[in-house]
Amino acid sequence: MNIGSVNYRIGKSIGFQLATILFAFACVVPLLAILFYIVKAGITKINWHFLVNVPKPVGEIGGGIANALVGSVIIILVASVIAVPIGIMTGIFLSENRKSKLAYWSRLSVDILQGVPSIVIGIIAYFWLVKPLRGFSALSGSVALAIMMLPIVVRSTEETLKLLPDSLKEAAYALGMPFHRVIFKVIVPCGISGILSGVMLSIARITGETAPLLFTAFGNPYLTTNITKPMHSLPLLIFNYATSPYNDWHDLAWGASLILLMWVLLLNIFTKLITRKWKVQL
Amino acid sequence: MDRSVENDAITRSDLSLRVISSAGAGQLVKAKAKTRRPFRQIRTENVFKRTLVIMGILMVILVLGILLTLVVQSLPSIKALGPKYLWGKVWDPVQDIYGAWPFLLGTLISSFLALFISIPFSIAVAIFLGEYYPKGWLPNLLKNTVELIAAVPSVIYGFWGLAVLVPIVRNFENKIGVQPVGVGIFSSSLILAVMIIPYAASLGRSMIQMVPSTLKEAAYGLGATRWEVIRSVVLPYTKSGLFAGILLSLGRALGETMAVTMVIGNTSIIPKNIFSPGNTMASVIANEFTEADKAVYLSALIELGLVLFLVTVVINMIGKKIIDRFTTE
Repeated sequence: MNIGSVNYRIGKSIGFQLATILFAFACVVPLLAILFYIVKAGITKINWHFLVNVPKPVGEIGGGIANALVGSVIIILVASVIAVPIGIMTGIFLSENRKSKLAYWSRLSVDILQGVPSIVIGIIAYFWLVKPLRGFSALSGSVALAIMMLPIVVRSTEETLKLLPDSLKEAAYALGMPFHRVIFKVIVPCGISGILSGVMLSIARITGETAPLLFTAFGNPYLTTNITKPMHSLPLLIFNYATSPYNDWHDLAWGASLILLMWVLLLNIFTKLITRKWKVQL
Repeated sequence: MDRSVENDAITRSDLSLRVISSAGAGQLVKAKAKTRRPFRQIRTENVFKRTLVIMGILMVILVLGILLTLVVQSLPSIKALGPKYLWGKVWDPVQDIYGAWPFLLGTLISSFLALFISIPFSIAVAIFLGEYYPKGWLPNLLKNTVELIAAVPSVIYGFWGLAVLVPIVRNFENKIGVQPVGVGIFSSSLILAVMIIPYAASLGRSMIQMVPSTLKEAAYGLGATRWEVIRSVVLPYTKSGLFAGILLSLGRALGETMAVTMVIGNTSIIPKNIFSPGNTMASVIANEFTEADKAVYLSALIELGLVLFLVTVVINMIGKKIIDRFTTE
């Protein structure tokens, strides 16, 4: 074998390795560019007034995003109240019944739900809640977001509980504990870290969802806490103002983007730290 | 355990009440309570088990309900327009002409273009993290950063695209001599390409890490270089897994709404080339759903949603099946 061809092969290998490294790190560039630009554009807009005032009409200086902040928090809270108990119970069901026919269909449904485009969920919530209640409402937005949360909560609960050793459960049964107490006093506390991180991840995901809210929560220029009325949320406000032709509104949208981005990224990083600390696998 | 102590406390306080009323009957009640307690536990247990089953059924009902709602609500347009709706070339709600072809084409072009742009990057990340540098702080940082790409809300991608990317694309279009619009399918594909990298990358990484080291060592023993090992051992072994990851990415790209809506230009004309503005199925629903004033118009939009739902479900199911087969092998 001649040395030249060996050198060629080694060179090719190194070249490919360098190309891989280059392409891999190129992925980070857009994220950094977005972070940098949003921080640069948003940081000057954020002050106390921005956080406690509602948007002013075009032409007037000032105004803030208090309505969207409050709306986002309320919509997400209501969505969590709906989705977390159902999601955890379903996760328990799936991890306890691994082989049954119902569990198979149920698991398949969760998989399907995970892939449903968010705009379709918006249409569904429109027909299930907005039409019967005759009007856009924050509640319908919460239900739409709850449907989006469900698969993540179910999946993380199921995966966490599956990893727990059977001996835990057997020990509890041997002490004569009934099924529901084994679940609530032994199984769930052991897997609580994984379940919690799943819940946080799902909240992080729905915080930025806009499409399901377009025809459900709809948006509202005034501050409201009534969940049967239309309500604003951060991503909705960003979408409405970013596509408007006015510079004042663009400024509001940049500030709101920064707050939303920080909120979502911090929640994600926080979840990562927790999962590493508690050694959870998701 | 603590609950049984609690139970005893309850029966005892229960008892004490009755003991006050009559000492003799108290003993009787105590005997009764003792026999009743296990049954109460069993009843709660049954209720709990039933609740779990109901939750399981609820998921199935939810999905069937979604499908049923979409089908029922799009019936008016299915009846009025028939199957030719899907390849009708004109979308003009004012004239009552509905054809979904511009949106199908817009969705397909933008998603596949995004996929083609993103594949080299996501596969590179997968190989980098799975094969070259599986451990260490820098790869870990890269892994977490790539996962954060998926966490950024799509409306922020859209806003950034509108403010930063669109002017750049407009300049580029000026240079190559097409009509400089800026917004259009090309811009939305670029944004989509960034957004879908993490899905294929993280799946590809875990697949590549599952390649048995004996296979790789055998190849090294035969004198293969690293690239040759990757090309003739790692990639063939993980081929189906990588394909599944790409499918999941495609599913994401098809259903993505907000970022696309903001940068695609929103015209319902069949796109002439990849730089012309257009519309995807998701973006036309987002734009026109609240404006639809006629029953057929609304239900034509819902039929688009139905198509989108079915396509993404099929793509995701195929991807899931491939992953399942890969991981059980």
